[in-house]
Amino acid sequence: MAPEKEKKKPRVTRNPELIKGIRKYSKSKMYHKRGLSAIKKQNDGAFPDHEGKPAERKPEEKPPKFYPADDVKKPLKNKRKHKPTRLRDSITPGTVLILLAGRFMGKRVVFLKQLPSGLLLVTGPYRINGVPLRRVSQAYVIATSTKVDISGVNVEKFEDKYFSKKSDKKKNKKDANEFFDAEKPEKQKFPQEKKDDQKTVDAALIKSIESVPDLKAYLGARFSLKDGMKPHELVF
Amino acid sequence: MPFKRYVEIGRVALVNYGKDYGKLVVIVDVVDQNRALVDAPDMVRSQINFKRLSLTDFKIDIHRIPKKKKLIEALEAADVKNKWENSSWGRKLIVQKRRASLNDFDRFKIMLTKIKRAGLINQELAKLKKVEAVS
Repeated sequence: MAPEKEKKKPRVTRNPELIKGIRKYSKSKMYHKRGLSAIKKQNDGAFPDHEGKPAERKPEEKPPKFYPADDVKKPLKNKRKHKPTRLRDSITPGTVLILLAGRFMGKRVVFLKQLPSGLLLVTGPYRINGVPLRRVSQAYVIATSTKVDISGVNVEKFEDKYFSKKSDKKKNKKDANEFFDAEKPEKQKFPQEKKDDQKTVDAALIKSIESVPDLKAYLGARFSLKDGMKPHELVF
Repeated sequence: MPFKRYVEIGRVALVNYGKDYGKLVVIVDVVDQNRALVDAPDMVRSQINFKRLSLTDFKIDIHRIPKKKKLIEALEAADVKNKWENSSWGRKLIVQKRRASLNDFDRFKIMLTKIKRAGLINQELAKLKKVEAVS
């Protein structure tokens, strides 16, 4: 429609509720307040009868072919929605984290954001310590109190889907011959666009890292417990 | 070896156990063989066992159980705070506190400076050794 239909104001009742269940005006009073006698007068002594909406034609349901012998209880629908894991207060975008497990154990790494699955998105930066854009669990991380300025970095596009493995839809049915052939799974090349993503994210980060003296060397070094260090007494 | 630090009214002591650990307090009265009445500008006057106190070299001039105001004045007059912070014991405690509060990044920076310093020292040592070897 050319002229935009104005939003209908919701109908408000002019009969205030004094206390739960008891309103101020009686039925007859409300009859007069609403001017129902005037409406009747306009419509020849009776309330106008509006035609309802034409009944929607429901598609014809065929009677089921099978009736189960016993009544089977249907389980209730689960409408719970997942919230991402609660992020520790010490972890904010730009915090330097120490990874505690996995291939990059001991590496000091910059935290970017928390993904909807609850995992933390983290980057080395790659040029500094070889840690790429990676997902990491909060439980396997120590948060230090060192923060890096992360304002120049755009991490909007990274979600959990970005990190999922690409599965071959066609599962090759192996012949007997192929089993005996030398296994050469084709090594998938690391996609160039992921390399470019890494570069763009790291470019801004490295600039802010280099502005702090010694921070680059700090991120390049691994953390380890030395003699006399008591983890429960250390301030990270 | 005679004793040098005595329990007396006005003796400044360090609390070494309990809720007030690390505080400098002044002995203002002796309760009995084991306990003293102790006071400090930032705490309520209370009794404490002598075993929880480490006596320091400092003593201030007060009467038995002075009012808080008098106590503070006496502490200022004797300049206990500065003397304590300049004494070797006091300085040690300050350094310990500083070390305990170091960040992971701070520790890393300290490691780098230690290495650097050792390098410089070794350079000088090498030079001296050279001189020694020649002569």
